[in-house]
Amino acid sequence: MRRALLGLMAAALVAGCASTGTEEGSGVAVEDRKPGAGGAAGSATSVPIGTTTIPGDPLKDPASPLAKRSVYFDFDRDDIKPEFRPMLEAHARYLSSTPNQKMLIQGNADERGSREYNLALGQRRADAVKRTLVLMGAREAQIEPVSLGEEKPRCTEQTEDCWAQNRRGDLFYSGEF
Amino acid sequence: MELTYNRPFFSACRTVERLFRILAICLALLATAAHAQLTIEITGAGGNQIPVAVVPFAGESALTPAISDVIEADLARSGRFRTLYTGPQNLSDTSTVDFAPWRGKNADALVVGGVYPVGGGRFEARFRLYDVPKQAQLGALAFTLTVQQARATAHRIADFVYEKLTGERGVFSTRIAYVVKNGARYQLQIADADGANAQAALSSLEPIISPAWSPDGSRLAYVSFENKKPVVYVHSLASGKRQAVANFRGSNSAPAWSPDGRSLAVVLSREGGSQLFLMNADGSGARRLLSSSAIDTEPFYAPDGQSIYFTSDRGGSPQIYRVAAAGGPVERLTFDGSYNVTPRPSPDGKYLAFVRRDGGRFQVSVMDLASRQVRALTDTGRDESPSFAPNGRMILYATQVSSRGVLAAVSSDGGVKQRLSVPAGDVREPAWGPFLN
Repeated sequence: MRRALLGLMAAALVAGCASTGTEEGSGVAVEDRKPGAGGAAGSATSVPIGTTTIPGDPLKDPASPLAKRSVYFDFDRDDIKPEFRPMLEAHARYLSSTPNQKMLIQGNADERGSREYNLALGQRRADAVKRTLVLMGAREAQIEPVSLGEEKPRCTEQTEDCWAQNRRGDLFYSGEF
Repeated sequence: MELTYNRPFFSACRTVERLFRILAICLALLATAAHAQLTIEITGAGGNQIPVAVVPFAGESALTPAISDVIEADLARSGRFRTLYTGPQNLSDTSTVDFAPWRGKNADALVVGGVYPVGGGRFEARFRLYDVPKQAQLGALAFTLTVQQARATAHRIADFVYEKLTGERGVFSTRIAYVVKNGARYQLQIADADGANAQAALSSLEPIISPAWSPDGSRLAYVSFENKKPVVYVHSLASGKRQAVANFRGSNSAPAWSPDGRSLAVVLSREGGSQLFLMNADGSGARRLLSSSAIDTEPFYAPDGQSIYFTSDRGGSPQIYRVAAAGGPVERLTFDGSYNVTPRPSPDGKYLAFVRRDGGRFQVSVMDLASRQVRALTDTGRDESPSFAPNGRMILYATQVSSRGVLAAVSSDGGVKQRLSVPAGDVREPAWGPFLN
């Protein structure tokens, strides 16, 4: 019994030494893990450890569909084209899962014609994006649709390419605008 | 007002003096001076011009600018006068005029005057206006002024001459508001009608649009994007104090004053879409004027305050409509073309200026509201924001020349054309201010 105990203590000592050595030698591997995911110093590496990844802010992950923030429209139109639906579904899911999150949608219009009428066209686009997000599960009160009209063009040349870039709705979460 | 030649003008003089006092306070309290001055280029002349000779005023070299130069420039710019070269003359308001040489020059009218120091840094400017063919005096006035008031005094004299000779009020003493974009900076500027004395009332890194003068000329309503969305402000020019009068959820835009200055028509999206609302001028009591699923925007009161013109796409394309200010049925006014926007009734209520798209060109056009006949007034193709002078004679608007925003003006008969530009800046969103008395 005593011998068995001694044996265990020796094994623990060896393990302790070994773990210290491993920790020093594999600093890079540890740094890779998010803080808090690893155990206290001295935990045995011989035990298999699954890698836990703490999700970063999905709004800041460039690989997330939430990174897509612009919806483009055809001339004088405010219907949401099919290619923007997956992106809007991701935003609607996110809004519905984070009820405290708020969103500002800024609608834009190309520069031709009256500034106030273009403001109204931008509003119609922002309203259309909001309506779609609400149909997909976001809450009405989470989203404020507003218009910048033709006042903040992304592209300033007088070409159809440029105008198409300016017929746009942009999505912003709290703290981003 | 020590000197009065014609008794009927006495009360006018008192008003003028009061006005100068108000004007001086306004100018002193306005924000930073704007560096870029508007310059005006006359690009088209009207017909039936009255030939007028403005003789340099005796002693006017004491003042800058010379009073007669400003009077002459005002009259010429209106397009209704042909100013005749007079050269130096030994003539003033105290001279006995020999009309023969002026008849020889075919002058219909003659302006003579003098500037006299009266002590305390003040001057008296006196002038007489003569009808040359009749060899008769049409009127005379005297003003006391400081050196700083030389230009304003000259505008008052030009207004007097204009009214005596045309039967209409002159607008040389009125002011205009407009927005200048210079790099990333937007400035709401106020200038005299001739572009002089430009001052910035507001400077911002976010857009400013749709300035609208209160009927008494003391305040401007406008839309500012400083909060990342359009919000309607009312800005007192004398104090620089500004108040957000429409800052509801969604967009707030297109302010228009009722002629009594008590109400504003605005466009709000707080209930979805862009819809017309009326509110008190302090922003209280917002109430919906019309209900539609279409865009309703760009409201503008008729001068009698009884109806409101607006732009709507309820018929499938943007067209101009009219509704009673109390609400009720809506009447469509434009049918020709697929884009008719920005309705602006003339001060007498008989005409409607608006922007019409015709084959890719956007042009200021005028409708005779009695006959409903429409005609394009300009030869430019990117016109926006027409604004009538308070006497209805000229329409100020924004357009583009070589991709740069400039202001232009055209007479309501299309005859006289001018261009106003700021060097190295984009100018847009003009609004001609009211008469100030």
